[in-house]
Amino acid sequence: MHKNTIAEVCQNLANGDYSSKELCQHLLERISRFNQSHNAFIEVSADAALSSAEAADQLRAKGANAPLLGVPIAHKDIFCTEGIRTSCGSRMLENFVPPYNATVVEKFNAAGTICLGKTNMDEFAMGSSNENSYFGSVANPWDTDRVPGGSSGGSAAAVAARLVPATTGTDTGGSIRQPAAFCGITGIKPTYGRVSRYGMIAFASSLDQGGPMATTAEDCALLLEAMSGFDERDSTCIDRPVERYIDAIDQSLNGLKVGLPREYFSAELSAPIAAALQQAIEALQKLGATFVDIDLKNQSLAVPAYYVVAPAECSSNLSRFDGVRYGHRCESPVDLEDLYKRSRAEGFGREVKRRILIGTYALSAGYYDAYYIKAQKVRNLISQDFARAFEQVDVILGPTTPTTAFKHGENSDDPVAMYLNDIFTIPANLAGLPALSAPCGFVEGLPVGLQLVGNYFDEGRLLNIAHQYQQVTDWHRQIPAGVE
Amino acid sequence: MAVDEKTVAQVAHLARLSIDENRVTEYADEMSKVLALAETMNDINTDNVEPMAHPTHAVQRLREDKVTETSQREAFQQCAPSVEEGYYLVPQVIE
Repeated sequence: MHKNTIAEVCQNLANGDYSSKELCQHLLERISRFNQSHNAFIEVSADAALSSAEAADQLRAKGANAPLLGVPIAHKDIFCTEGIRTSCGSRMLENFVPPYNATVVEKFNAAGTICLGKTNMDEFAMGSSNENSYFGSVANPWDTDRVPGGSSGGSAAAVAARLVPATTGTDTGGSIRQPAAFCGITGIKPTYGRVSRYGMIAFASSLDQGGPMATTAEDCALLLEAMSGFDERDSTCIDRPVERYIDAIDQSLNGLKVGLPREYFSAELSAPIAAALQQAIEALQKLGATFVDIDLKNQSLAVPAYYVVAPAECSSNLSRFDGVRYGHRCESPVDLEDLYKRSRAEGFGREVKRRILIGTYALSAGYYDAYYIKAQKVRNLISQDFARAFEQVDVILGPTTPTTAFKHGENSDDPVAMYLNDIFTIPANLAGLPALSAPCGFVEGLPVGLQLVGNYFDEGRLLNIAHQYQQVTDWHRQIPAGVE
Repeated sequence: MAVDEKTVAQVAHLARLSIDENRVTEYADEMSKVLALAETMNDINTDNVEPMAHPTHAVQRLREDKVTETSQREAFQQCAPSVEEGYYLVPQVIE
């Protein structure tokens, strides 16, 4: 049962091969078996899940046939869930029980999915290894000595270990795609504004975007349709009809024009990853795609621009955690300033503090133009690079990450070394473009991801390409040893 | 620009974040490294480039000025560290 994709679960539930309750019970047993070693879940809501599953089964028995009815998923612990603790991986929110649901959670609830729990993540989504979680790091199911990536590390590890068929994630600089690549699963960051950010705890508001993580592109298509759409409550959510992604994925790739950025196939990319990508390129050629080299000449400035824009927005967003209205409060504050300063010092972890300091510095008088405005200008140049590329090609293909999953502790001494992990994923966030990562091979037993970047609102095409690729390859069907 | 300990202390105050004194040098080093990374942007001329604040250049959506949300003070205060009779409690501010 646990090896079933979302599409297979939908089919099996509809056929009555098993009930939602049976499936949820089985998955909850697996979670309790593997969570101690993998730590993919921060919170498991077994009782609520089983009673919702029972209710879903009863509805189905009465003739309800919503496609996702009774389908188990898990939410990244950044999405507010009414009555279920939402920590965002932080001590600051260790005891925060939201009084409301994020729009994404509401949409999944309305579609009938069952939430098995909340997945582990880097604190406030800041990190590329999940090592910044207050609730401990997460093991990569392919090699438990290695990180699952981040910040949606728990979401990726949970799917890879087949503890749940799909999860939600969020992506500010690669936080869906990089862990998807490290864990051998499929994940898509939609166009900025496609998915509501309401109730999704903010890190960098002009970059954050939620999306699905699952084993297949087909599953991502089903889930993205369920979670997308206009929301009054998010002022940057875009009012535009949601595509039937599931209908888009079956199209032929004949005539598809794919750009290969010279800058992505550069010295930063390890040779075995380049070889895996070459194989994927050949597979897509057989499916009818043609490839041309393109230039995205300002790409090397994406990481520097991002590490000004994201910390600046983070320092502003996280100022709301003041120890007054919610979140951690220090013991016996002597005055209001002491209350603010100590509550925040105790509540936030190392990387979050570092980013708040950098962001505050970059936004402070005298430095604002040199850092923040400069970064926004560079952001524009990066966006223009993409716009020029999309005059020539339909999509852009490259690696998701420069290396495969690294060992715990390997990059933790130097923040800049850690930041360079996001070199290939950050540009799409700066431009607001949709981007997907799908498994395309293994290097020394560790998964490799390929990344597709599309033009605005071209999610359907990205899912289409990945789905067609997954019809002729089986990288996405591989399951780590030890969790079969 | 290299950040010194004094700057870390100033910025930490602006961010209302108390910093462990033993850690100030570490933060100064790390901030300096990240700012050095940011300064690589100076390699490119951006004189005639518009700053991009938002990926799709969206403008603020307006709506009719009418009440859409109900008061849910009690629900919202349930997750507050300290409240009394509907008010949030903080250390005394006015003598």
